[in-house]
Amino acid sequence: MNIHEYQAKQLFQIYGIPVPDGKPATSPDSAEQVAKELGGEGWVVKAQVHAGGRGKVGGVKLAKNLTEVVEFSRDMLGKRLVTIQTDSAGLPVNSLLIEKLYPIKRELYLSILVDRASERVIFIASAAGGMDIETVAHEAPEQIISVQVHPAAGLQGYQCRKVAYTLGLKGSQVKALEKIMQGMYDLFLAKDASQIEINPLIETHSGDLLALDAKINFDDNAVAIHPDILAMKDPSQEDDKENHAQQFGLNYITLEGNIGCMVNGAGLAMATMDLVKLKGGQPANFLDVGGGTNVEKVCEAFKLILSDKSVKAVLVNIFGGIVQCDVIAAGILAAIEQIHVTVPVVVRLEGTNVEEGRALLSNTGHNIYAADDLAHAAEQVVALVEAA
Amino acid sequence: MSILINKDTKVICQGFTGKQGTFHSQQALDYGTRLVGGVTPERGGENHLGLPVFNTVQDAVNTTGATASVIYVPPFYAADAILEAVDAGIKLIVCITEGIPILQMLRVKAAMAGTGALLIGPNCPGIITPGECKIGIMPGKIHLPGSIGIVSRSGTLTYESVHQTTAQGLGQSTCVGIGGDPIHGMNFVDVLSRFQADDQTKGIVMVGEIGGSEEEDAAEYIRAYVTKPVVAYIAGQTAPAGKRMGHAGAIVTGGKGTAKGKIAALKAAGIEVCVSPTDIGVAMKGCL
Repeated sequence: MNIHEYQAKQLFQIYGIPVPDGKPATSPDSAEQVAKELGGEGWVVKAQVHAGGRGKVGGVKLAKNLTEVVEFSRDMLGKRLVTIQTDSAGLPVNSLLIEKLYPIKRELYLSILVDRASERVIFIASAAGGMDIETVAHEAPEQIISVQVHPAAGLQGYQCRKVAYTLGLKGSQVKALEKIMQGMYDLFLAKDASQIEINPLIETHSGDLLALDAKINFDDNAVAIHPDILAMKDPSQEDDKENHAQQFGLNYITLEGNIGCMVNGAGLAMATMDLVKLKGGQPANFLDVGGGTNVEKVCEAFKLILSDKSVKAVLVNIFGGIVQCDVIAAGILAAIEQIHVTVPVVVRLEGTNVEEGRALLSNTGHNIYAADDLAHAAEQVVALVEAA
Repeated sequence: MSILINKDTKVICQGFTGKQGTFHSQQALDYGTRLVGGVTPERGGENHLGLPVFNTVQDAVNTTGATASVIYVPPFYAADAILEAVDAGIKLIVCITEGIPILQMLRVKAAMAGTGALLIGPNCPGIITPGECKIGIMPGKIHLPGSIGIVSRSGTLTYESVHQTTAQGLGQSTCVGIGGDPIHGMNFVDVLSRFQADDQTKGIVMVGEIGGSEEEDAAEYIRAYVTKPVVAYIAGQTAPAGKRMGHAGAIVTGGKGTAKGKIAALKAAGIEVCVSPTDIGVAMKGCL
């Protein structure tokens, strides 16, 4: 789960990580009010969306006076922001973060995440802040330093000092960085984050360190035990269909093709998408109805797939293990009748009671094709879309 | 011989009296697994499915001599269950549970270091030696005792591989679903090394997917140590970057963990990689 920058900075403050003076606003008037309260001689107006790359597309602007604060706020609010990290539709800007302007001497990079290879929480830091860390890793890997934290020992002072000295920090800055890293580590563990990224962490002309940007992702498997984090969820930043799917325990991801896919199991769902592509088609979605599915889930899954108007045909691929194929077949028929499916549906069933399942799906009067194996099913659905 | 489990393996179930535990324990008993009891706190002394229920794993081990345990407890209790099994001296722990927070698994793995206990999963279908012992949620019927070792990160793709190797008349020695979570127990290399050492196993099917670097590690290991034929398939070639594809561990981040990279690494190690998931059985037969 993702949260907005302003929410991440509120959490930072609780954990002693210094951030610029600032406040969120949801209208040009309130933006002006915030700027007045903050005082100073310049402000930053930042669009709050769950995506990076805002600066390059007008989502972050420097206002020299209050008139500009109002003007920029009006420009951004209510629009959709398209960045390199969003799809072509972009994300809606419903809130802004107004911050005081700080003179930047240097931009650094600091993040914390779980490294799956070492099975440890690690910090990654670089003196090349403000850049995408993947780009730095690619172009100048020697500029990246990482430290591994042992779960029993926790974060140690020497590890923070190592990062600080590598980043070229001196004197009181070393202690300041130690405090920032400890705060990040505590926040990471306390709220089951999966990544906290500060890019850039700035050094001001007076030598202070500040988290100019803040990004936090949380472990989806753990948010249920953190109601304060769950309350920060902003559904407007997520795909409607993906939100809807979650409510029914379905794993759904929108793609850009026209062949709807309904599969049980995540691995088989990916493999089915790959196979559709291999046969010359374009999958419209990833959809895992779960290893042990039922009629209700199949029904909801059909509704979800068909709510995407670009879908020209549906491929159902179920490996009936514990769940019997005839039960699944009955569910598919019920779903098709209940929601008046008009596009062709190719069904591949395999596993327990497969003969009974296929028999149920043949000669139904509906636009259903019972395929005898997965390769044929994929070929058939691609052919049907091409003919349509 | 099979790997890890056989007809003599004594198994207990943690979360025995729950809905999942009950259903799959019955399936295991029907298959012939030597399930000798189960654990549910506060239910010790009862009988369930004709077997004794214990309050603790230690009680169950002391009474039954079980060496393997299968876990069907909800995600927020699973870390506790795994460590209880480790503490009681269980040698093989199979955790089916999906949805365990990653930081809990990180601590569990750190705590397991040096204990000698083996963990399969979490978020996996389990392990089966066809005709002898089934520990997990896989459908028993599709399996056939035989010569192919199967190791996979995905449940349903394990079933696909089983189905296809059964259809080719090859059958399976042992099938291990290592699970779809980013931090988990046994990895590809742990299982591959055992298949290489196992006389019954004549060929190996390895099914990977996007995310992490375990397939790349496996490719290196196979190049150096595995002399038996290996057929691989990698799911997720069309998966968009930055999206979690159902499994918590199936995600391409920062250009790392792509299907393309994994396939290239496997091919460079001389391993046959199927383009289509429907070719696994035929390809395996062709290698023998």
